[in-house]
Amino acid sequence: MELQAVLMAAGGGSRMMDLTYNTPKPLLPVGNKPLIWYPLNLLERVGFEEVIVITTKEVQKMISTDPKVKLDVKMKLDVVCIQEDADMGTADALRHIQQKVKTDILVVSCDLITDAALHEVVDLFRAHNATLSMLMSKAHEFTETVPGQKGKKKNGEQRDFVGVDGTGKRLLFMANEADLDEGLVIRKSIMRKHPRMHIKTGLVDAHLYCLKKSVVDFLADNKLISSIRGELVPYLVRKQFSKSTSSPKVNDETHQNLKKNDSCSSLHISSRDDELLHLTQERSCWNDHRGDMSEAYHGGRLRCYVHIMDEGICYRVNTLAAYIEANRLAPKLFDEPAVHPSAVISERCLIGADSIIGASCQISDKTSIKRSTIGVSTTVREKVKVTNSIIMHGVTIEEGCNIQGSVICSNAVIGRGADIKYCLVGSAQRIEPDGEHTTASPHLAITHSSPTPLYCI
Amino acid sequence: RDSSVNVVQLLLARLDNGVVWLHSDGPEKKYEIRRAKNDGKELTKEEKQRLRKEKKQQKKQKDEKGTSERAKEKKHVAPSQPVATQPPTQKAHTVLPASAPIPVPASGAPSHSSPAPSPADKPAKSRAELKAERRARQEADRASKQQSCSSSSKTKAPPSELNPVVKRLPEHVQVDDPAVVKRLAKKLERQQIPLRSDYGYKVSLFSHLHQYSRKAPLTQQLSIPSTVIHPSIVRLGLQYSQGIVVGSNARSVALLHAFKQVIRDYTTPPNEELARDLVNKLKPYISFLNQCRPLSASMGNAIKYIKKEISNIPSQFKEEEAKTKLLTCIDRYINENVVLAAKAISKYAIEKISDGDVILVYGCSSLVNHILCEAYDKSRKFRVIIVDSRPRLEGREALRRLVKQGISCTYVLISALSYVLPEVSKVFLGAHALLANGYVMSRVGTSQIALVARTFNVPVLVCCETYKFCERVQTDSFVSNELDDPDDLMVTRKGKTQLENWHDVSSLGLLNLVYDVTPPDFVDLVITDLGMIPCTSVPVVLRVKNLDHSMPVWMLERGFRHKVSPCLILHAMLHRL
Repeated sequence: MELQAVLMAAGGGSRMMDLTYNTPKPLLPVGNKPLIWYPLNLLERVGFEEVIVITTKEVQKMISTDPKVKLDVKMKLDVVCIQEDADMGTADALRHIQQKVKTDILVVSCDLITDAALHEVVDLFRAHNATLSMLMSKAHEFTETVPGQKGKKKNGEQRDFVGVDGTGKRLLFMANEADLDEGLVIRKSIMRKHPRMHIKTGLVDAHLYCLKKSVVDFLADNKLISSIRGELVPYLVRKQFSKSTSSPKVNDETHQNLKKNDSCSSLHISSRDDELLHLTQERSCWNDHRGDMSEAYHGGRLRCYVHIMDEGICYRVNTLAAYIEANRLAPKLFDEPAVHPSAVISERCLIGADSIIGASCQISDKTSIKRSTIGVSTTVREKVKVTNSIIMHGVTIEEGCNIQGSVICSNAVIGRGADIKYCLVGSAQRIEPDGEHTTASPHLAITHSSPTPLYCI
Repeated sequence: RDSSVNVVQLLLARLDNGVVWLHSDGPEKKYEIRRAKNDGKELTKEEKQRLRKEKKQQKKQKDEKGTSERAKEKKHVAPSQPVATQPPTQKAHTVLPASAPIPVPASGAPSHSSPAPSPADKPAKSRAELKAERRARQEADRASKQQSCSSSSKTKAPPSELNPVVKRLPEHVQVDDPAVVKRLAKKLERQQIPLRSDYGYKVSLFSHLHQYSRKAPLTQQLSIPSTVIHPSIVRLGLQYSQGIVVGSNARSVALLHAFKQVIRDYTTPPNEELARDLVNKLKPYISFLNQCRPLSASMGNAIKYIKKEISNIPSQFKEEEAKTKLLTCIDRYINENVVLAAKAISKYAIEKISDGDVILVYGCSSLVNHILCEAYDKSRKFRVIIVDSRPRLEGREALRRLVKQGISCTYVLISALSYVLPEVSKVFLGAHALLANGYVMSRVGTSQIALVARTFNVPVLVCCETYKFCERVQTDSFVSNELDDPDDLMVTRKGKTQLENWHDVSSLGLLNLVYDVTPPDFVDLVITDLGMIPCTSVPVVLRVKNLDHSMPVWMLERGFRHKVSPCLILHAMLHRL
C-alpha cells in the first residue's frame, strides 16, 4: 500500500446552520447525491479501494438505513465514529485513528467537490519526498443570489496569504488575515533561503492533504494540535525553515512541547537507507533553486508542496452560497441522465436541460422547471414554475406555485399558489397557500412553534 | 601457493595473447569496419536508384499487364537483390575477427546509417531483401565459425564468446516501426503498465526515438495508491522523468536503492521460487522506469548484475536469508562501483593534475566534481573553467559545488569554447557510458569540446567508472540516443515565451538531444577505477569483467578455483602492453 485515504465527514457545517439543522452536512443533497458522495467518488476514480471515513454516529446510521442517501460506491468503507459533542478537530480525529494508519495518508474533507487531477498533488508528494502536499484552487466568485441575503455577498471571509517559490509548487509561507496584528511578517530564515517569494491571495484551500505517516505519529505525541488546517499545516510550513535544535529561549510551554518532540525527530523518517538517498542527491546534478551556495532543498528534510489549480471545478461546500453554486455545477461532474428513469413526468411540461429530476418524482402538466434540482419523491403539481431553485427530498409543491432562486428543504409542503422568491424554507415546513415570500419583504417573517426555522427575510 | 601463481601466469599469458591481438588489431579493424560501412552506404545509394528505376518500370508494367504478371516480376526482382547486398555484409563478417561485440555495427550499420528502407516500399521487396540479408549473414556466420575454430586453438577462449551474436535491436530505438511499437504495447499490457504516449513533432532523423513530455508523467495513467508497481519505483520513475535524479551515477544508485526497498517488501508467493519470481517481478518495474526515461547504460549493467545475483541464489536458501544476501550484494555493488571507484579514479586523476593547471570541464559530472574537490583537498593549485550549454545549464550546479569548495572557477557557455581553450592545459570529461569500440557516450556537446581541444592540442581525459562500460557499439549519435522534452528549449524572458506555440508551426521542429558520442581519436586517456587506459581497451575490460562474473569451463579444468580480481589481471596485462 502506498497511500491510505481518510475522509473527514464529522464536521457540523457551522457556516450553513440553516441547511444542516436537520440534515447532517455530509448528507446534504447536491445534484441529488449526498455531499459525501463527491469526495468518495473522487477517491474511487483515482483508484482507491478502501477509505477510512471519520464521521458521527448519526451519519453512519443514516447511511446504513436511509435509502435516499444510498452511497453508490464500490470501495470498502471503514467507518470510524467519533462523538459529536466531544468537539474534536480534524487533527484530533487523525490522532483517534492512529492505529489504523500504516502508510502515508491522503486526507480529504467531505465537502470537497472537484475535478482536479489528484495525481498532480500526489506526484509532488512522491517526487520531492515531501512531508505535506496539498491542493489549492483559485477562489470562485459566486454569481447566484443567495437566499436570505440582501445584495451581493458580504465580505466576511478573512483572506489567506499563501507564499510559494518561483516554480509555484513549494509552499513557503502561510498566514491568515485574522492572525495578523499589523502587517505581514515574514521571517528572515525564509527570505534568506528564498529571496523571491510569490505571495498569493484569493486561493481556497481544498482541504486535501497528503501527509507522511510520521506526521500522524507526531500528532499522537502532540496533543495540543487539534485542527489540521488551523494548526498542523501552518506548523509544518513554518517548520521547514527552523532548525529543530536551535532557539534556546523557549518560554511558553506549548513551544517547549513542540520542540521536545521535534528534537526526537519524529517529523522525518530516518530511513535505513538515508545514506544511499544522500549519495543519490550528492551525485545528482539537480537543484531546486539557484542563486546561493546551498545544496538542493537547502539541506532541509521537511518540505511542503502545494498544487494550485488553474482551471477546473473546485468547491468547498461550506456556505450556503457554495452549496447553491455546487448544485448548479453538479450535473457537469457526472454523466448520468438528468432525469431519473423512475420519475413520472407528464409530457406537457417544460424541463430545462440543466435541471436534475430525482427518483420517483411526480411532475404534473404545465409545469416549468429551469436550472433546478428536484429531489427524490418530490411531487410537483400543475402549473408550477420552478427556476434556479433547489428542492430537496419529499417536498410537495401544490398547484400554481412560483418558486425562484430558493432552497426548499426536505419534506416541506408549499401551499397552493404560493410565490417564493430567494427564500430558504426549512425542512417539514408548511407554507400557507397564496402567500408571497421574498427577500425584500421582511414583514413576512413567520414565527413557528416548530423548532425548524423558516427563513424568509 | 606456487602452483596457483603459475596458473595465474599461465592464464595471463593466454589472455594476453588474445588481448594483444585484439588491441593491436584495433585501428586497422576499425578502418575496415568504416570501409565496409562506407561500401554499404554507396551500395545502398546505388541500390536505391535502381530500386526507383525498377519501381517505375513496375508501374508501367502494372498498367499494361495484369496482377499475375506482377507477381512474376517480383520474383524476378528478388534474386537480383542479394548480389548487391551480399558483398558488404559478407565482407564485414569475414573481416571481423570473431569477437563478440564488434559484429553488431557491421550488421547494424548498413541498415541504420543508410537511410532505412521506408515502410512505403513494396513489402515483397523488403522481405526479399531481408531474406537475402539473412542468407548472407548465415553464410558469414558459418565462415566466421570456421575461422574461430581455427583461431580458437590459439586463443582458447570459450566458443560461446566468439560466436557473433546477432542481437535484436532494443525497442526504444525503433519507435518509427509500428510493428515494434505494437509489440511493446502488448508487452506492457501484459505487465499491466500503461503506455506513455510520445509528445510533439520529432525531427526527421530521430523519429525512431521516444520523445516524452515532462508535463505528462506516466503516473497520470496509474491508480494513485499504486498497486501494480512498488511505491518506491513509482517515486523513482517520477524523479527520473522530472529530472530530479539525473546523472548516470545518481540514477543507478537511486535505482539500486529502490530495488532494495522492493526486495525488503517482497514475500515469495506460495508454490513459487524466489529466484524465479523476483526476477519476473522486477521486469514490469524496469519497463515502467524505461518509459519514464530510457535506461542509462549504467542502470542496464546494474540490472544485469541484480538479475544474475537473484538467479544465483541457491534454492535451499530461506527467504530471509536470500533477501539479506541480495541486500548486502546491492550495498557492495554500490560501494565498489560508485564510491570506491570514485576514490580510485580520483587517486589516479590527481596524479595528472599538476600545480598551475587550468582544467576545463563540461556540464556537471559527479565524478569530475569529486576529482576536482579531492585534488583541491590535496592542495593542488589549479583553476577550473566550467563550460556549460543550454538547455539544462547543468554547469551552474557544477559551478556552485566547486565554488563552495573554494576552487577558483570561470564559467563560460560552449559558444565561447575556442576563446578559452588557449589558456586550458587539460580537459576533464565525464561519461555516460564507454562503448565497446572505444567511443565515449556523454552529454551532448562533449564531442565538440573534445574536437576543439584536439585542435588546440590540449589533452582530453575522460573519467569513467568501469561499471559504465557497455558492450554496445555505436559510431554516430543517431542510432541510439535520447530525446528530452522539446519544451525545455523554450525560454521565458520578461514574461514572454518565444517558442510557446511551436506546435502550430508546421515547418518547425525542436530537437533536444541528450547524448553524443566522441570518437576515441579525440580522447587521450580514460581514467577508470582499474587504472588509466586508452579508449580502445574497453573490450579488454569488458572481457575481463565477464571472466570474473562467470568462470569459463577451461579455467575450472585447469584447477582454477579462486576468483582473481579483474583489476589484477588487467593491471598485469596493461603494464605488459
